[in-house]
Order: sequence, then structure tokens, then C-alpha cells
Amino acid sequence: MTIKETIEEIISEFSSFDDWMEKYNYLIDMGKSLPMIDDKYKIDSNLITGCQSRVWLHSEIKDGVIVFTADSDAVITKGIVNLLIRLFSGHTPDEILSAETEFLDAIGLKDHLSPTRSNGLLSMIKQMKLYALAYKAQEKPV
Amino acid sequence: MNPLIEKIRADFPILQQTIHGKPLAYFDNAATTQKPQSVIDTITRFYTEENSNVHRGVHRMSQAATQAYELARQKMADFLNASSSAEIIFTRGTTESINLVAYCYGEAFVNEGDEILISALEHHSDIVPWQQLCIRKKATLKVIPIFDNGELDLDAYKKLLSAKTRIVAVNHISNALGTINPIKEMIQLAHEMNIPVLIDGAQGLSHGPVDVQDLDCDFYTFSAHKMYGPMGIGGLYGKREWLEKMPPYQFGGEMISKVTFEKTTFNELPYKFEAGTPNVADAIGLGAAIDYLGQVGWETIRTQEADLLAYGTQQISAIKNVKIIGTATQKASIISFVMNNIHFFDAGTIIDQFGIAVRTGNHCTQPLMERLGIIGTIRASFAFYNTRNEIDRLVDAIGKVNELFE
Repeated sequence: MTIKETIEEIISEFSSFDDWMEKYNYLIDMGKSLPMIDDKYKIDSNLITGCQSRVWLHSEIKDGVIVFTADSDAVITKGIVNLLIRLFSGHTPDEILSAETEFLDAIGLKDHLSPTRSNGLLSMIKQMKLYALAYKAQEKPV
Repeated sequence: MNPLIEKIRADFPILQQTIHGKPLAYFDNAATTQKPQSVIDTITRFYTEENSNVHRGVHRMSQAATQAYELARQKMADFLNASSSAEIIFTRGTTESINLVAYCYGEAFVNEGDEILISALEHHSDIVPWQQLCIRKKATLKVIPIFDNGELDLDAYKKLLSAKTRIVAVNHISNALGTINPIKEMIQLAHEMNIPVLIDGAQGLSHGPVDVQDLDCDFYTFSAHKMYGPMGIGGLYGKREWLEKMPPYQFGGEMISKVTFEKTTFNELPYKFEAGTPNVADAIGLGAAIDYLGQVGWETIRTQEADLLAYGTQQISAIKNVKIIGTATQKASIISFVMNNIHFFDAGTIIDQFGIAVRTGNHCTQPLMERLGIIGTIRASFAFYNTRNEIDRLVDAIGKVNELFE
């Protein structure tokens, strides 16, 4: 599935929610099913700054695509990072770098989870794109 | 609702709005209090009709602005019962005031091997300026410990006071836990050893009267925006004897008396510490906030806040999964709490959906959180315009948090 197709899928899921409570329930469920990071990667250098809760993000490149794993001590934050992993994980650096993330406004994450320091949504996207940029720069990925 | 409180709420336009479609319940008063219409009008009027730079101007408007600015200083002096308005220095707020003292007092009186005594309850703004001073002067920072309930250990304090102690800096009221510290007793103990005391009064001026002469504190710092006044203004009360002996903080503008290229002499108090064009509009706004507090009266404020604290403590502590952090005997209307296995960010995000503003996190007191073995709390801080009904809504919202995350 392309990133664009995943976006359409997410938009369609979110459009079925009637109120904010359903949206949060969904994010909480997503949080609970987050692909867990290996404990050895839960280190300070993998922490994303700018979040009120702690978020560890780890990336690896396998066969030309980046695989992200993450964890957070807050469940809603886990849900948000899981949403982003679903979006980006398994894609090439180029695909990740060219992905548009404006759809997050359309699904109401802007209303209810404004991309400020408190939830670090933008910090997470930035960090994922930075990893993509770094792998791209390496050309022959590790 | 109590008709008196209903009338008071009408004075605060911001309280009339809805957030996420629900009436705003504003419980973040320890971060900043809301502004009554009279404060907003005063600032608007200044820029609409009176704006002019203060001091030295001979024209009519400049003189009027100077008078209004100095009247605000006098109001602040009276509010604190300072013996003279020359002992009131306007700054940007508590943080700048503490930095001023740490720098200027530190330059004059702190040397290698000396000690600075603060407490485990301090806000970062009452830790870091002293820490930096200690680095500059090769001095040592000592910390008064607390008990688990958030009260200072006074026996330990007595032992920590020594011939090496150059200054004691403690907050009047803990922003994170609400503890009201026994500052009068602490000042007395320090003075017995000729050690001056700075009180971080950021949380101290909105809940009840403060008399700096009765306390006998050497410095008292404050922020207008935490006492129903505007942001960007606050100040420092300092005893004249100390302020006279301290060097200036910044240079230029009103703090100067005479300049040649060889030498500059500095202006007298309080101008010696007020470099550059001051924040006139907000100083006058602070004056309006003091007038407003005078109209409401401390009796109303104390009665309402005591009721909210008692009711809130009873209601919130009865919710399952909730533990109140900070249970000192003497507390201001601040309730900090944690929820078992639920992150404060998750709780705060859901509570916000109910139109309720609480603060979550470490409240700029990371060492205190570490001492308590937690990473942060959810904090509801009440002002006299809050109501029991709003607390009931918070209790319901916390119940919803339990439901969602269990």
C-alpha cells in the first residue's frame, strides 16, 4: 500500500467517528497495539524532544525501506505515533520525504490534538523525515 | 451559585467563553490568573489616550504617564506595606527579579566557599539563577529537604544555616504542591545569623495579604500576571539597605544619573535597577489589578478559595485511582494529583475535552518531582472566581479518564 493509500484509509476510518470520544478510543486502541520498540533502543538518544510524554523512536533500513518502532509512556501519544508508523514504516526514504501530512488536519487531529509541543505530533513527523533524510544521504544504507 | 461569585465572574470576560463546546472551567490559575475588565480597560485606555514615555519629559502627556507609572509603584508599595516606593523595582516578573538579586547581590556579597540555601520545593526560576551564581563564584548550593507531604523540614533548615550561608531563597507558596511555607519563622531564624532572605512570591500575592515589614524579608519577588494583572510586568521588593549596596543589573536609560565618556554615575533607587524604557502600560495595569483585589477584598477571596480547596480535596481524593500529591497542613488552593498507571498527558488531554483547563507535567520543578519519585502531576489551581460546580465537572472528567484508560 502506498502512503497515499494509507492516508485515504485513515481518513475514511476517522470519518466514521461521531464525536471526539470515539476518536480518542480509537487512538487509545492504536496505542495499545503499537509495534513495541526493543528495550535496548529505549535510550535517551532515541527520545523525541518537544513532547510532554516521553517518546522513543527507533529506525532501521531493510531492503531499501525504513522500519520504525516506537514507544511512549502515554497511551494517546502511543496511538499517534502508531498512526505515523502505519503511514511511514516500510517505505523508502524518498517516499517518506515526499509524503504530505496535511491530511492530519482533515481528520481532526488538528482540532483535538493541536500540533504543539504538548503532543509532539510535528516533532514525531520531523524526526521520521530526518531519519529518511539520513538514510538517503548514506546512499548505501547500513 | 453564590450571587457574589456570580457577580465576580461577570468581571472576567474570558470566563464567559466555551471551549470544545463546553463552558470554560479555568483551573490553571497558578500558571496565570485571568484579568478583570478593569485591568484590560486600563491598558487599553493607556495606549488609546495616555501613551507617552515616562520621566524627563516636560510635555503634558509625558508628565501624566510618569505620574501614572509612579502611582502604580506606590500602589504596589502599599499593597506589600513596603516602607517606601523606592524599595519597589519593576521588572518583567519573578524570574527576572530573582535573576537580578542572584546577580547583583551575588556580585557584591558571595565569594568562593560560600553557601546559598534554597529548598526542595523551588521552581526552576528559584534554582537556576543561584546555581549559575554558584558556578561563577565557586560557591555551593544547599537544599532544605522536605517531608513526603510537601512540608519543609525545619529542623534540617536550622542545621543547614551556617556561617557560610550568604542568602536563603525559598518560595512563599509552592507552585507545584500548594504548600504555604512558614516564611516568617524561617526569616527570623536566618536573621538570627545575619543571613538575608529572598522570598519567591510568585504564588504568594493572589491568596492573601503580604506585609513585607511584618515578615521582615529582605527581598520579595512577584509577577503581576499571577495576581490578576498583565503579563510582562512584576517586580522586586528589596530593603533599601541591600538595594543601596548592590551594583546595578543592566545599564542605560533611566538608571543613569550623569554620563561622560570617562565615567557614569547611577541614578538613585528605584531607578538604579530600571534600565531602559519601562513597561508603563502594564505597570499601570498592575495598579488596576491591585485596585480590583481591594474591591473584592481578602475576606471574600480567602473564604471562597478555602471552600474550593476543602471541597476539591474531598471530592478529588474520593475518586478511585487518584492520589493527591502535597498534603501539607497549610495549603493554598492548589491540588496536584497523580493517577495510577495513567500518564498525566493522557489525563490532561481528556480533561481538556470537557472544557476544563488544568496543567500537567513537572510544573518547572523537576528536582521536586524527582524527590517525590514521580515524573509529573495533574494540577488544578483555584481562584476565587471558580465554583464548586466547576469542581464537580472536573470530578466527572477524571471519572471519564478512569473509564477510558483502565
